[in-house]
Amino acid sequence: MSAQASATAAPSVAVRLRWGLSDSLVLARRNLAHVRQIPEKLLDVTVQPLMFVLLFAYVFSGAIHVPGGGYRQYLLGGILVQTLTFGIVGPATSIATDLTEGIVDRFRSLPMSRSAFLLGHLISDLAASMLALAIMTASGLIVGWRIHSDIPHAIAGFALLALFAFTMLWLGMLLGLLARTPDAVTGVAFIVIFPLTFIANTFVPAGGLPAGLRQVAEWNPISALAAAVRTLFGNPTALPAHAPWPLLHPALSALAWCALVLAIVVPLTIRRYRVRTAG
Amino acid sequence: MASVAQAHDPTRPAQGGVLAEGLGKRYGELWALRDVDLYIPSGSVLGLLGHNGAGKTTAIRILTTLAAPSAGRASVAGLDVVRDAARVRERIGLAGQYATVDGLLTARVNLEMVGSLYHLPRARARARADELLELLGLADAAERLVRTFSGGMRRRLDLAASLVGEPPVLFLDEPTTGLDPQGRNDLWALLRRLVDDGTTLVLTTQYLEEADRLADTITVLDRGRIVANGPPAELKARVGGERIEITLTSSEGLDGAADALQAFADGQAIVDAEQPLVTVPVRAGTRLVEVVHALDTAGVDAVDVHRREATLDDVFLTLTGTQPPPAPEPQEVSAT
Repeated sequence: MSAQASATAAPSVAVRLRWGLSDSLVLARRNLAHVRQIPEKLLDVTVQPLMFVLLFAYVFSGAIHVPGGGYRQYLLGGILVQTLTFGIVGPATSIATDLTEGIVDRFRSLPMSRSAFLLGHLISDLAASMLALAIMTASGLIVGWRIHSDIPHAIAGFALLALFAFTMLWLGMLLGLLARTPDAVTGVAFIVIFPLTFIANTFVPAGGLPAGLRQVAEWNPISALAAAVRTLFGNPTALPAHAPWPLLHPALSALAWCALVLAIVVPLTIRRYRVRTAG
Repeated sequence: MASVAQAHDPTRPAQGGVLAEGLGKRYGELWALRDVDLYIPSGSVLGLLGHNGAGKTTAIRILTTLAAPSAGRASVAGLDVVRDAARVRERIGLAGQYATVDGLLTARVNLEMVGSLYHLPRARARARADELLELLGLADAAERLVRTFSGGMRRRLDLAASLVGEPPVLFLDEPTTGLDPQGRNDLWALLRRLVDDGTTLVLTTQYLEEADRLADTITVLDRGRIVANGPPAELKARVGGERIEITLTSSEGLDGAADALQAFADGQAIVDAEQPLVTVPVRAGTRLVEVVHALDTAGVDAVDVHRREATLDDVFLTLTGTQPPPAPEPQEVSAT
């Protein structure tokens, strides 16, 4: 059946949905095929998290004392959240690259679903984030980290991490649509991500930070995420006695943070995509 | 100047063709395209001729649903480009001014991907990719990454991508830019074949010769507006086909040279005192030997005499009486 012969009437909703899904998968496969040509792209989600786990586990574990179970038990929750935050960079650079090259015009002149471009990036980058999560979990287990809670809590912990990864990917897509060049993306992303993930309880308990910095760390959404993951995995949270509300209810506030960011970023991303691709 | 010379029956939609009425596109205060009427019957070829910034690319982008018109309306294959954009895309192929293929995929994977996005079954998409790689002489490079391709190969692959869906209406934006003469001739032959098989073709070009070779109708755009429209023969009759250019040692001989050339002229001589240079459109069959003899008799001190085909600049000089605008930014139009 040629495209010429097929199109006499507008396709039904069911057909359009099926095409929307298959178009998104075609574009996700395209993004993953790029990895085969530029394997370095995978370093972010393979070697880098592994290196972080090993560095922190061996370099800091002697120096940082965490009450209630040792530094390695504490570390994993933080490093998981940090690595998934870096997930912003992947979709941001690949979308900015696609926009600077003419390929988006090609896609837009084809009878494919409009949303497939963003969904394709979301699918392929979610696959990359899940690979990073698996590698970090495995490397954590190798250095002695364990899940001390039960299976439902462990599943909830991974589900929360997946939701967080999903949220960061939307943020990355928005950044990619806002950026003028792919190079600008990396710079902006690192300027934001480093302070965000370090002025938090990611690697050291926030209680030890000087006043001012400590308040920032305690209200940082990254801290809530890390505390929630630690709680769900039964790892030490090392919370100070007078921790603020978000840290005392970490799972709830982590969910709320993700929901809030998605509620703002998803519509902005879709609108920005329409603007960027409107002639 | 009046836009469309060709009459058409407004009650019958252009089934496989293209129709535009009062089409305009404004960027801020600038109209990149204004009051453009087009009628391209199914199976015919329209050449959009103009300099950079004349509005050619803008017109193509509106007709291929990539840009929304600010004024007027257009239909492709009987479907409105705004209201029925999705279905228009099923019936068109586009090869833009810059190759829009994925450098990190092989040529074959690029074409298969495009086939999948036309919702061809996988086996059909693969077969179509093979056919097109063969047709465009890329079969040997099928498994190579596109980023290793030369500019000409990229353009050919881009054209192949535009043909995957067997579109009844094909849009090509400056398709021969970056091709060597051989590649250009091959492309022209291929386009001829597609048109003979019933494809409606809209192409833009900066070369009068190319429009003349391929198009049934030439529309000349200048700063977003149509300045001439008609069959190539008619345009050439107005503009004159050939030019003779005389370069002199000094500007003093210019008038004498222009007078001496009157005997061969088919239009107004144009004198450029800066160069110094005289350009005259001449009748077909004018012999260069006779021209040189006439100049010699008149005592004109010419350092160079040569004959050439009319160019787009000549078209502008003849039609608008002004030099074409200096090339502004692509897709935009100078404010003057």
